[in-house]
Amino acid sequence: MNRLARLYSILVYVFLYLPIVVLIVYSFNASKYGTAWQGITLDWYKKLISNSGLISSTKNSFLIATLSASIATLIGTLSALGLYRYKFRGAKLFVSVVYVLAISPDIIMGISLLILFNLVHMNLGFYTLLLAHITFNLPFVIIIVISRLRSFNRNLIDAAKDLGASEWVVFSKIILPLIMSSVISAWLLAFTLSLDDVVISFFVTGPNFEVLPLTLFSMTRLGIKSEINALCTMIFGVTLVLIFVSHFVFRRKV
Amino acid sequence: MIKKDLFRPFTILLIISWLTIFVLIPNLGVMGISFLTRDEANFIDFTFTLNNYQRLASEIYLKVFLKTFSVALCVTTICLVISYPFVYIISHTIKNKSTKDFLLILVIIPFWTSSLIRTYAMMLVLRVNGLLNSFLLGVGVINEPIEMLYNWFAIIVGLVYSSLPFMILPLYTAFEKLDHNYINAAQDLGANKFNVLTKVIIPLTKSGIAAGCILVFLGTLGMFFIPELLGGSKEILIGNLIKNQFLVARDWPLGTAIATILTILVVVLMVVYARNTKDTNRYQVVV
Repeated sequence: MNRLARLYSILVYVFLYLPIVVLIVYSFNASKYGTAWQGITLDWYKKLISNSGLISSTKNSFLIATLSASIATLIGTLSALGLYRYKFRGAKLFVSVVYVLAISPDIIMGISLLILFNLVHMNLGFYTLLLAHITFNLPFVIIIVISRLRSFNRNLIDAAKDLGASEWVVFSKIILPLIMSSVISAWLLAFTLSLDDVVISFFVTGPNFEVLPLTLFSMTRLGIKSEINALCTMIFGVTLVLIFVSHFVFRRKV
Repeated sequence: MIKKDLFRPFTILLIISWLTIFVLIPNLGVMGISFLTRDEANFIDFTFTLNNYQRLASEIYLKVFLKTFSVALCVTTICLVISYPFVYIISHTIKNKSTKDFLLILVIIPFWTSSLIRTYAMMLVLRVNGLLNSFLLGVGVINEPIEMLYNWFAIIVGLVYSSLPFMILPLYTAFEKLDHNYINAAQDLGANKFNVLTKVIIPLTKSGIAAGCILVFLGTLGMFFIPELLGGSKEILIGNLIKNQFLVARDWPLGTAIATILTILVVVLMVVYARNTKDTNRYQVVV
């Protein structure tokens, strides 16, 4: 690699990481608005821990992320099987819907679900948020699992079928154990997406069920504050842990 | 035998019903409401009208649409220009497998990090007493701090910053499939650098370029918090327009009309993309 190329790639990494590093460093800055460096402090973190509103929205976020990731992974894995292995009439159309869904702007899903929940007179809160999160996680789970099924050795299934295994046995005893690492990766991605979502949650939750990204959004709208730096740093830390777990799982597969 | 008969229809029924209830019906609802009349009390009055679309044809709204598309196009181009050489360097000039893996992980981390957090982090860098101003002052480029936040510059920087991984990762997938021997062969046969790029590298990484551009372009169209935070709510894009109809103006029919146009655009782009990409794994880049 020549010098210019090396310099260029370093610059791109600086662009990607500099703001995050600044954020982390300032979260330990004693100055209230983080303008000048006034020494190291953990005050902002202590303040976060004593903020009961923040604690409850963090709990809500983790609850929704765990539930929605688990349900979406369950439904998504079965759906991937339905869409990919059992080729039924119209399967292709549904597969396309899944892909369009994964790519299309979040705001469209946000308002369309808001309209649905209004039509059936559901109060916005825990249940509407959970249903929405399952729905936006679903396409990502399906795509990960389908791409794993594509590289699946069909002879294993044929052998099992020849020996008299039912579809359920084929799935639970052969397919599932072999695609497990993809299923776990899918769960981790779903969990992260759910924990980070601002746009869809913004439309489908009510004042009684606040989640972390929305609390953060309303805080950031009021400007820069050291508590927000600390909160963002903590969320970033959680994301890092999830990525390393996921990377570990991915690697074992190869 | 009974279980076999039940498991198969169960998986099919599950996905069809979920997508029908939570995707198809709500989207039909959006389209349907876009032809109805606004009502102060119940949001919607069931009287058919084309008024919402006629209103969108006015100058104010057309300007927002035009601005959003130019911003999205601009952001997509900047991302592509930054990422393309970068991905080539990472994927084709580094031979060591673990170094390569590490460099890729460094791109995946921001991809997984909340874009709200990254947008906020960008505010820290761009503000008047932020890092960039201090740096420019220190170097002597400027004499007094300049306001870099709350304008189009900040919005575009923020959008590029949050979209960049969505361009880099699909390009990386495409470059990994590109056999370096093709490049060597072309050079051996006397092609100059420009020809190697335009006749070999670009055609063979076309699928990655298309996927990256679609992800960035569509991602930009629906964003509302980046213009709000970095643009200081002064500048609005389609995403803000839709959001305002639902939360401020309470004009659902107008909001759904804008969303309908956006949905049609997404579907058209996807169809064009799918027609032009034969690669069976073309969607894998999404995740």
